[in-house]
Amino acid sequence: MSKASILPLRLAEVSFAAGGRTIIDRVSLEIETGLSTIILGANGAGKSVLMRLMHGLLEPSSGRIDWNAPERPGVPRKQAMVFQRPVMLRRSAYGNVAYALKIAGIPEPRRAALVREALESVGLSHLARRSARVLSGGEQQRLALARAWALHPEVLFLDEPTASLDPSATREIESVIKAFDAAGTKVVMATHNLGQARRLGDEILFLDQGRVVERSPVEDFFSKPQSAQAAAFIKGQLPWI
Amino acid sequence: MSEALSAALALLIGLDSKLVEIVLLSLRVSLSAVAIAALVGLPLGAAIAVGRFPGRQTVIVLLNALMGLPPVVVGLLVYLLLSRAGPLGALGILFTPSAMVVAQAILILPIIAALSRQAIEDAWREYEEQLCSLGAGRVNAALTLLWDTRFSLLTTILAGFGRAAAEVGAVMIVGGNIDGVTRVMTTTIALETSKGDLPLALGLGMILIAIVIAVNAAAYLTKELAQRRYG
Ligand SMILES: Nc1ncnc2c1ncn2[C@@H]1O[C@H](COP(=O)(O)OP(=O)(O)OP(=O)(O)O)[C@@H](O)[C@H]1O
Ligand SMILES: [Mg+2]
Repeated sequence: MSKASILPLRLAEVSFAAGGRTIIDRVSLEIETGLSTIILGANGAGKSVLMRLMHGLLEPSSGRIDWNAPERPGVPRKQAMVFQRPVMLRRSAYGNVAYALKIAGIPEPRRAALVREALESVGLSHLARRSARVLSGGEQQRLALARAWALHPEVLFLDEPTASLDPSATREIESVIKAFDAAGTKVVMATHNLGQARRLGDEILFLDQGRVVERSPVEDFFSKPQSAQAAAFIKGQLPWI
Repeated sequence: MSEALSAALALLIGLDSKLVEIVLLSLRVSLSAVAIAALVGLPLGAAIAVGRFPGRQTVIVLLNALMGLPPVVVGLLVYLLLSRAGPLGALGILFTPSAMVVAQAILILPIIAALSRQAIEDAWREYEEQLCSLGAGRVNAALTLLWDTRFSLLTTILAGFGRAAAEVGAVMIVGGNIDGVTRVMTTTIALETSKGDLPLALGLGMILIAIVIAVNAAAYLTKELAQRRYG
């Protein structure tokens, strides 16, 4: 594996339009290594689309997206994404993680240990042989994290990873995300859970109608938001403040 | 009528050698045809499902339309190809089981390709982002989908086999229904019925129905099992 970091990631005047609407509107920003970045914004603000653009699943309509070390087809990716709704292949939990390693070009003999370690890290070892698609929502979400964990990505995109989970499942997921951070993975996460944003985030990227309206350290964002939109958003989410 | 029925049962129970020979040839021809059609049709279906190329919609519409190809038309086309004056006449396989395999394979290729294309595309819609995120290229994605939809594909193959085993027009034309050489269940039934020899026709008819039921049961059970195990 080469040592060159894929970060920083630079977006220059990136726009994305679909169905006759501008969904991401001239976004320019830089994602650096280190700090965890939390993307906040109302439903439909463009959080998921922005992360898909960054992760390369969508092509911008205009503007440029550049990684420090550009990806090449056939070379294993150094970034991973966990989606709002996890997608499980019709295989066992074990098979799902092993598949990701296979695609990443890890030779067969080395996979087993990595899969076991990844399942262990999310507490799913006991379900390794279970078919992934019959697992509960929380278990599937943890399996999606295990799949990403096994890849040891340099950057991990998370799209509302705890959106439909109960508090205890949410805590488990959060501790796995912290482990990613501790292992040196750059976390970029969208969430609607402001408590979670504080617990896991270092900085907030606030989106409103496809535009980055504000970007500031977590504490500053909640205590003294710079923009009227962010202030209204926080007030709407936490009316007692 | 009841006489014919009991005579038919006697043939079945006694494993009449002529009847067995016909059944085995039928199975050999249809299974070979289905193997060839699957070998070509499954990768073709997968390629159309994940591929992006101009005219893709047209290809899909055509493929779906070809599912309804009348067997006699396929038989006629293969006959023209293989007849002595035809482009492949030099092969000299007209009126042999090989010609029947070719005709049935062509008949069911669109069925297997079109149905597998549908199953694979449905799965692709669900998997696409995840597979792209992991960095799987198109070829890898196609292979992954072929494996992940294996149960649907098996039912597709069974559907193709059922169609091949039950068709009469194509094998009649290119096989010629030659006694002891190219006579299969369906063509024998047609011939014997017209000759008024009902026992053999009835016996074969019962076997044919049993095969069709068995194939459908297998298809159903496969779906059930897959549903239960993989959700
Ligand atoms: N492929 C697409 N075609 C057309 N419109 C799209 C497409 N993808 C997203 N949109 C629209 O873009 C807007 C932003 O979508 P996005 O999924 O990024 O929102 P979000 O901020 O993630 O919202 P949520 O909090 O509900 O997840 C929405 O109005 C959505 O309907
Ligand atoms: Mg979203």
